[in-house]
Amino acid sequence: MGREGSRQSGVDKGRARARLYARLGRRRRPRAGGIVRGGIGRFGASRPWATLRMERGAKEKNHQLYKPYTNGIIAKDPTSLEEEIKEIRRSGSSKALDNTPEFELSDIFYFCRKGMETIMDDEVTKRFSAEELESWNLLSRTNYNFQYISLRLTVLWGLGVLIRYCFLLPLRIALAFTGISLLVVGTTVVGYLPNGRFKEFLSKHVHLMCYRICVRALTAIITYHDRENRPRNGGICVANHTSPIDVIILASDGYYAMVGQVHGGLMGVIQRAMVKACPHVWFERSEVKDRHLVAKRLTEHVQDKSKLPILIFPEGTCINNTSVMMFKKGSFEIGATVYPVAIKYDPQFGDAFWNSSKYGMVTYLLRMMTSWAIVCSVWYLPPMTRETDEDAVQFANRVKSAIARQGGLVDLLWDGGLKREKVKDTFKEEQQKLYSKMIVGNHEDRSRS
Amino acid sequence: MGSRGSHAARIPDGDSIRRETGFSQASLLRLYHRFRALDRNEKGYLSRVDLQQIGALAVNPLGERIIDSFFPDGNLRVDFPGFVRVLAHFRPVDDDDSGMRDPKQPEPLNSRMNKLRFVFQLYDLDRDGKISRHEMLQVLRLMVGVQVTEEQLESITDRTVQEADEDGDGAVSFLEFTKSLEKMDIEQKMSIRILK
Repeated sequence: MGREGSRQSGVDKGRARARLYARLGRRRRPRAGGIVRGGIGRFGASRPWATLRMERGAKEKNHQLYKPYTNGIIAKDPTSLEEEIKEIRRSGSSKALDNTPEFELSDIFYFCRKGMETIMDDEVTKRFSAEELESWNLLSRTNYNFQYISLRLTVLWGLGVLIRYCFLLPLRIALAFTGISLLVVGTTVVGYLPNGRFKEFLSKHVHLMCYRICVRALTAIITYHDRENRPRNGGICVANHTSPIDVIILASDGYYAMVGQVHGGLMGVIQRAMVKACPHVWFERSEVKDRHLVAKRLTEHVQDKSKLPILIFPEGTCINNTSVMMFKKGSFEIGATVYPVAIKYDPQFGDAFWNSSKYGMVTYLLRMMTSWAIVCSVWYLPPMTRETDEDAVQFANRVKSAIARQGGLVDLLWDGGLKREKVKDTFKEEQQKLYSKMIVGNHEDRSRS
Repeated sequence: MGSRGSHAARIPDGDSIRRETGFSQASLLRLYHRFRALDRNEKGYLSRVDLQQIGALAVNPLGERIIDSFFPDGNLRVDFPGFVRVLAHFRPVDDDDSGMRDPKQPEPLNSRMNKLRFVFQLYDLDRDGKISRHEMLQVLRLMVGVQVTEEQLESITDRTVQEADEDGDGAVSFLEFTKSLEKMDIEQKMSIRILK
């Protein structure tokens, strides 16, 4: 009786436990050293596990893990200068607040707090460094909590390193080498042909083929959307800029005329070869400073309908693919049809952002070739032209908003040049103007004080 | 490549900073990451240039004064403890801060008095404990730029100093300053909440 009873209660206990788990909605916790779902399988299964394992390691040592927070680290209220200062004044004085312009000692609180908020967290600084991932993708470069890694995870990571460096890297370098040499040789050979339809046909296919080999060399997995909106002759293609790879990605799906500065070394060889096969627009370093010259050459190119669409990145510098920064108005003044393209990379398999202040080109390419893969989506947006009542800057902002919306990026008005330079004083004057209105009123009320 | 990541999780002197400023460990970790992001050349400290490069701070009319508060006594560098000490003034006041505080311990950095003292030294350029008429004029000039004439600014300054000044010495001392702001909800207006 006793033994039977205990066996039954054992079974009952198991059932009770299962019911309890079901009611609480808990998944079975991974046991120490075990892997959820029995193996790596797809990447999707092991990644959140890797993060969970690190969290447990950190908790055991009684330390805090660093958790990246993509929406900013402080709580902000989006109120205007006027509203905030009025709020502050209202809370400080018991007398009824009329709208007479005046100054209060407490006004300084607004500027002080706003300033401190930007020191703790601002929209721009974080766009110039690689995006922080919420779950680890087994690349040590994206890990901030490296020391909380268990043995199992380290072995996994080590295996990843072996695969990436010893197997994938040589393969990719071989492919890249093939692609580039084919491009140089192919375009030079095509350059000797007489101008005509055959030359154009060959040139297009040589370019496309070589770019596609280079795409394979990076293991770039690209999804093109809305290909019916692809840029046509006589137009300008604008896209957001995250890395030099953007060029390869776009050029492997379409035939473009490139715009850029003449470089030395290997780049220079490639540029000289390419221009033999079809007209690209290369500028000498001295010519780049002359904005009128640049505009003139671009206009000439665009007006010739037989020439290819130009590919331009109006941000002027690489941004980390979480936002789109101010577009320089130069390309929007030319008056051609603009074909916007939005490029969004998925950082889970490899971050494509080029932090030019940290890494040179060669280091960057090496990092690209030792990531798992570069995954991205390209959206071709419908063409836009400048309306009669908007100027180049407004047009540029309109295009920028369209690209940001499509790619799911934050639309910022700040200039990407802030990576290297200081901001202009005109923006400060706007703030000062707003505040002056509050303490002395408009110019018409100057008689009151 | 892995060694760069390991710095972030271990803050030097983390415990003593936490005790002094009252920040939680998670907040401190975020601020440490922010410090390292601002420190572009990885020097281990921040200079004025590092703070000036923040676009949104450069367009703040009082940007330079705020940056000055990080470099007291003519220092040219601020390390992480110094950085956090200034930011600690803006930590929201918790309920348990005011209740069971040991009177022998120094006042927490984010107390009402310390917040007021911080704002006071934004006005008091020469740190002599009084806001003179001239100092008030200078700060006002920063806030309005070229939008207001000299006479208007002077009349505003005169009126403000007159209203706040009680002992008639033509300057606003710290006590007079606190008195004129006694009804203000400083704790709320001068607090920045760090998200968990």
